[in-house]
Amino acid sequence: MRFRYHTRYSDARKLLPWTEGRVAYLLLVLALIAAPFVLQRFWVGELSYIFILAIASLGLMILKGYTGQVSLGPAAFVAIGAYAHALMLDAGVPFAVSLCLTLIISGAAGLMIGLPAIRVSGLSLAMMTLAFAVIVEHVLGRWKTLTGGFSGLPVETPVLFGFRLGTPTAFYFLCLAILIITLLGLVNLMRGPKGRAFVAVRDSEAAAWGLGIDVARTRVEAFVLSSAILGLSGALMAHHVQHLTPEGFGLLLSLELVLMVVIGGLGSLRGALLGAVLIGFLPRLISMAKPLLPAQVSAQFGLEIFAYGLVLAVFVLFEPRGLEGRWQKTKAFLTSFPVYRRDTFRRQKTYMRSERLK
Amino acid sequence: MGLDPVLLAQLTLNGIATGAIYGLVALGLVLTYKATEVLNFAQGDLLVAGAFIGWALIALGGVPYPLAAVITVVAVGALACGLEAGVVRRIAGQPQFSGVMLTIALAFMLRGLISMVFGPDSRSLPTPFTGQTVWLGPVAISAPSLVVIVVAGFVTLLAFGLLRATTLGVAIQAASQNQLAAYLSGIPVKRLNSFVWAGAGAVAGLCGLLLAPMTLVDLSLWTVLLKALAAMVLGGFGSIPGALVGGLLIGLIEQFSGVFMPDGIKDIVAYIVLIGVLMLRPHGLFGEAHGRRV
Repeated sequence: MRFRYHTRYSDARKLLPWTEGRVAYLLLVLALIAAPFVLQRFWVGELSYIFILAIASLGLMILKGYTGQVSLGPAAFVAIGAYAHALMLDAGVPFAVSLCLTLIISGAAGLMIGLPAIRVSGLSLAMMTLAFAVIVEHVLGRWKTLTGGFSGLPVETPVLFGFRLGTPTAFYFLCLAILIITLLGLVNLMRGPKGRAFVAVRDSEAAAWGLGIDVARTRVEAFVLSSAILGLSGALMAHHVQHLTPEGFGLLLSLELVLMVVIGGLGSLRGALLGAVLIGFLPRLISMAKPLLPAQVSAQFGLEIFAYGLVLAVFVLFEPRGLEGRWQKTKAFLTSFPVYRRDTFRRQKTYMRSERLK
Repeated sequence: MGLDPVLLAQLTLNGIATGAIYGLVALGLVLTYKATEVLNFAQGDLLVAGAFIGWALIALGGVPYPLAAVITVVAVGALACGLEAGVVRRIAGQPQFSGVMLTIALAFMLRGLISMVFGPDSRSLPTPFTGQTVWLGPVAISAPSLVVIVVAGFVTLLAFGLLRATTLGVAIQAASQNQLAAYLSGIPVKRLNSFVWAGAGAVAGLCGLLLAPMTLVDLSLWTVLLKALAAMVLGGFGSIPGALVGGLLIGLIEQFSGVFMPDGIKDIVAYIVLIGVLMLRPHGLFGEAHGRRV
């Protein structure tokens, strides 16, 4: 274990304090830039999809992981973003303008559900968002004149500054760029006063009040920010699937997104990314594992959903802090090898603890 | 539109029949929530398991309906009991959200297993009363719906009797109010929790058997859970009479909105009610307001 020892104020504000971290992230970015020139077309598309999921996962992490507001219906905002973007492109709005407007529209949708949600928290909020997601899915299916109903809505190819971004490689770089911009924005937000306010509201609303944070306002802000980012990922998702149908934004997508933040590790942006990578690749991993399984099992339709459930259950039971927690533990084990103590990561205080007897 | 009394009576009866199912599923949810503070998202898939086990016994095994019903209820109850004792108990004391995630995981696994065992096709469940209609004066009611109403009323009375009049029921109430105090008074809290889950599972299995003749034996039956959640919220989180009344209200609202509201509202009216109730009266119709501890 290494401890940060600050000699200047600027030390405390550094995003990446260690040289290894800077080198590692530089190599990661270089590898991601090189990837589309090395990989097959299929994998380039898969990676773009994972970037889109990662953006959505980051958006949900702000709400769930940092502000502690349970949402079981994030797909509603992804859907709103996707449809708003597709319809605006249809109407002839330029791509970049449409993307910005999508942020505003889905943020407004977040305000619409975030304002009434001030009064509830915990499980009630979870149900409210779940209900909202179901309503949005139904409305999209029913409002045929606008959304094309269940027969779907085609999406135009993105055109940015005169370049058509139709090829997988161009789209890959678009997704990567937006992911990096979102990530940098959120990392900076989370180390500023607003981010600290989010965490304070999560850990104790009463203490946050005591410190002069407007709790209701902060909660609504987190809602708006999270749904704006979810909507942004929806806009990219629209280009990825190229044909929008309401079923694509159903409960399964909502639960997948929630799975990402939980499996990744609540309260960590890196966790959101790791979760998105794991959940995004899971269908591929399952289809790769199929030849290894007995034919009766591998031919089954329910295998995928069973695997999702199994992964989630294993994480909730055995590693509640998710992939990020596992990563921290592994790193600590390697850096402090002979003297590693498991108790380093034992939580001294858990918040939102139930008053029940074990 | 003129108000036809026969139509109104018909809608009310249909609403009570669907509402009774919602109420029963919500009853199971409330029981487990009060006992273990876990909102059981797997309740819907326990219901599906009940429907499929019942179908397998009746259609494949040739077991007569009453016997099959008993076996199914016992089997699903045992399954729920096993889930509590083997899995859910491990996360006692963790934040509520862990319980939500764990039961969602269990629901996924159950759904995956059921679809691996039975395949994705939907089937119809043959019962002695399928396709029959009973006339109550000018109002028609299908026999499966009538069975639902009768059974739901019976189960409600049974649950009330159990909770109010027996030592076991009083122990359950005590444990759900304060587990530590109950434990110190000599109540075996863990065993009681498993028992409550078994009871809730049995109710879910019964709901599966009741719901399947009205629709089909299908994996998508679990979505009734969403309506039950709306019923539970409407009745006030964690209130047993509230859950039943909420279920009946949701059923009635759905039936009436199907006739008196624009097309398509029927499918989402339950969720609109859910959001509205949470906005205006977060503790529901019967719930009591609790202050939160800091």
